[in-house]
Amino acid sequence: MENRTDIKERIAAIEPSAVWSDAGDGMFKVPVTSFRGLAERLRNEEGFDFLRSLTGMDWGEEGLGCVYHLENTATGENVVLAVADPDRENAGMPSVHDLWKGADFNEREAYDFFGIKFVGHPDLRRLFLRDDWKGHPLRKDYDESLNPLNMENEDTSDEAPSYELTRDGSYILRRHPLFEDQEYVINIGPQHPATHGVLRFRVSLEGETIKKIDVHSGYIHRGIEKLCESLTYPQTLGLTDRLDYLGAMQNRHALCACIEKAMGLEVSDRIKCIRTIMDELQRIDSHLLFIACLCQDMGALTVFFFGFRDREKVLDILEETTGGRLIQTYNTIGGVQADIHPDFVRKVKEFIKYMRPKLNEYHEIFTGNVIARQRLIGTGVLSREDAISFGATGGTGRASGWACDVRKRHPYAMYDKVDFKEIVLGNGDCFDRYMVRVLEIEQSLNIIEQLIDSIPEGEWQMKVKPVIKLPEGSWYTAVEGSRGEFGVYIESRGDKSPYRMKFRSTGLPLVSCIDAISREAKIADLIAIGGTLDYVVPDIDR
Amino acid sequence: MKRNVNIKSMKYEDFNDNEYIEAMLKELRDNGTNVIVGCLDDVIEWGRSNSLWPLTFATSCCGIEFMAIGAARYDFARFGFEVARSSPRQADFIMVAGTITHKMAPVLKRLYDQMADPKYVVATGGCAISGGPFKKSYHVVDGVDKIIPVDVYIPGCPPRPEAMLYGLMQLQRKVKAQRFLGGLNKGISEKEYERRMREDTNKTEDYNEYDESGLA
Repeated sequence: MENRTDIKERIAAIEPSAVWSDAGDGMFKVPVTSFRGLAERLRNEEGFDFLRSLTGMDWGEEGLGCVYHLENTATGENVVLAVADPDRENAGMPSVHDLWKGADFNEREAYDFFGIKFVGHPDLRRLFLRDDWKGHPLRKDYDESLNPLNMENEDTSDEAPSYELTRDGSYILRRHPLFEDQEYVINIGPQHPATHGVLRFRVSLEGETIKKIDVHSGYIHRGIEKLCESLTYPQTLGLTDRLDYLGAMQNRHALCACIEKAMGLEVSDRIKCIRTIMDELQRIDSHLLFIACLCQDMGALTVFFFGFRDREKVLDILEETTGGRLIQTYNTIGGVQADIHPDFVRKVKEFIKYMRPKLNEYHEIFTGNVIARQRLIGTGVLSREDAISFGATGGTGRASGWACDVRKRHPYAMYDKVDFKEIVLGNGDCFDRYMVRVLEIEQSLNIIEQLIDSIPEGEWQMKVKPVIKLPEGSWYTAVEGSRGEFGVYIESRGDKSPYRMKFRSTGLPLVSCIDAISREAKIADLIAIGGTLDYVVPDIDR
Repeated sequence: MKRNVNIKSMKYEDFNDNEYIEAMLKELRDNGTNVIVGCLDDVIEWGRSNSLWPLTFATSCCGIEFMAIGAARYDFARFGFEVARSSPRQADFIMVAGTITHKMAPVLKRLYDQMADPKYVVATGGCAISGGPFKKSYHVVDGVDKIIPVDVYIPGCPPRPEAMLYGLMQLQRKVKAQRFLGGLNKGISEKEYERRMREDTNKTEDYNEYDESGLA
C-alpha cells in the first residue's frame, strides 16, 4: 500500500488510457481494448502474480465488466483494475486465465452470473447454475420468473464451449470435448461422504491413476450476493455466518471491517481485542474439525472423537458469550453484539491450559502413524508458484511455502500488536497441509494468551446511526479466515443497501487447484487431497 | 390391543405435541388388529424404532451439528441412530440437513426414490423447512416438503443438538405408532398412499428409459 503513488505512475506510463478514480479505495478504469496488454505487463514485468479477487459487475448503462484485485507477493503492492464493456447484449472481455490460473473458475463464475463472454477461455461453462438455466441472475435486469423449480435430472454436458472474437466484433462459439471417447470417467458426488458437502467430481481414470478431474459445484449455491443487494447493511451481516460456517466469526469480522472502513469508523481497542480473540477461538474450532474430518475420511475414527471432544470446549466458551454454537452472529457494525461473559477470561485460560497437552495426543495417535504418513507424505504436491497463481491462500498456501497470512500481510485488529509465528512449510504435500493446521492451533493459543489478560476497558459497541448509508465508492477488506483470505468487496452508490457485494471465497481457489494437483495421483489419494485442502462447500458456492 | 409409544428415557407427558401421536393411535385402534399380528407388530416396531439408520446427507451448517450429535458428548448411538449409511439403499431415514437449492432438488428426490420403504424424512433447520434466511433467493427451494414428504420438522438455524435428538425421538414415536404387518406405515390411508405412489410414477413418462446406470 505504501508504494501506491509509485504504481499509479507506473500504470499511467504503461497505459495512458487508464483513468484513476478516487472513490473509496480507488481503482483504475481501463478500456476493454487495452486491458489484456496491461494485464500481461503487470503480470510479467511488474510482478503482480496474485489475483486476490475477480468480481463480475453490472454497472447498468456503463455496461458489464469485472473488477480485478491484484497483489505483488514480493513487494506487497496492490492495485485494483476495473474493466467494462458497454455492449450489454454481447459483453465480452479478454480472458486472463493463462496469466493467473485462479482466473479460470472466477471467469466461469462471472460468465454464469453476468453473461460476460471471456474470449480465449478454454472452458466457459456455467460454474454454479444448471446448464439449462435461462438468463444470468446477478444482472440488474434479471427476471426471476424465468426459472421455476425444475425437477428434471440435469444432463451433464461433455463439451466445453469457448468463444473467439472475429475482426468485425462478432463471436465464434467452438466446442471441445471434455473427455476423449475411450476415457473411463467415474462420478463422485454430489452425495458422497468424502466430498465434505455437496460437491461433484467427474474423474477420468486410467487404472487407478487420475488423469483429469472436472469439478461441478453449485449444489448449494444460495445466491447470497444477490440477496445482499436487497438488504440493508446491518441485515447483510446475517448471511456471512452461513457462508463458511467454520469461520463464522472471521467472515462477519471482514464484512463489519469493510463497512466500518467505508464509514470511516475506527472501533475501540476493546472491540478489536475481543474480535481478535474470537477469531482465534474460531480458528482453533475449525482446525480441530479439519483434523477430525480428515482422520475420519482416512479411517482413523478415534481422532474424530478426540477432535469433537476438544471442539466442544471451544463451543462452550463461544456459546456463553454469543449464544450460538455454530452460527454466532456476534460482530456488528461498529462493535460486537454483547460484552464478553464474566466467566470468559477464566474459561479461556482454562482452555489454553487444557488444550496444549492435548495436541500431543493428536501427534501420538495420528501424526506419527505409519499408515497416515505413507498416505499423506508426497501426495498431492502443490508448488509455490501454483499456489500463488491459483490464489490458494490459508494453510494450503503456507504448506507450499507461500507466506500468505493476511494477519501478517495486511495487519488488522490487534494482530500487529501480538507476537506470533506464521507457520510456513515447504513441501506442499498433504502432510504439510495437515501439519500447518496442527501447528497453527498452537500459534492461535499463543495469540489468545497474550491478549486475554489485557483486554482494554472501553465500549463494546460504538455509536452508529440507526440507518447506515455508505458514500459512493468501492472498498475491499480481507481477513485471514480459517482456511485462507476471506475478502469482502462492496460497491456503494450512496444507498442504505449495497449496489454490489462480493465475497472472496476461500474455498473456490482451493477447489480450482484440485485438478492440477491430483493428476497422476491414485484415486484413493483424492480423499486425502480433498480432505487436506480443507474447503467448505457452502463457502465455494455462496 | 393397546400399543404404546413410550420412549425409555423420556416421559410421555414431557413431549410437547402428543396430539398427532394420539390421532395415529386412534386410527390404529379404530381399524382394529388381530392380537397375534398386533403383538408381532409391536415387537417389530420396537426393533425398528431403536435401529433407525440415517443417510449421511448434509448440504451445509446443520450437517456439522449432525456430526456433533454423532460425537461423544451428544452421542446418538444411545438411541440407535449411530449406523450412518452413505448409500441410500441401506438407510431408513434421510435427515435433510441444510439448504436445498434448485440444482440439488432433483438429486435429493432421486436419493429419496433410491431409499427402500419404509423410509422417513426429517427436515432439519430453517432452510429445509421453509428456505430460512434464503427464502427470497432465486436458487433456493422454500421447503423440502415441496419435493418429498416430511415426517418430522426440527426448527433452528442450526438446531441445537438437543433439539435434533428430540426430533429424532419424535420420529421413533411415530414409527412406534405405525403398523408394519397387513397395512401401511406412512400415517396416511392406504388409498391415499397408493394414489400418491401412482401419481409419482406417472410423472416420469420415459419410465422405461430411466437411466439406472448411476444407481448403486
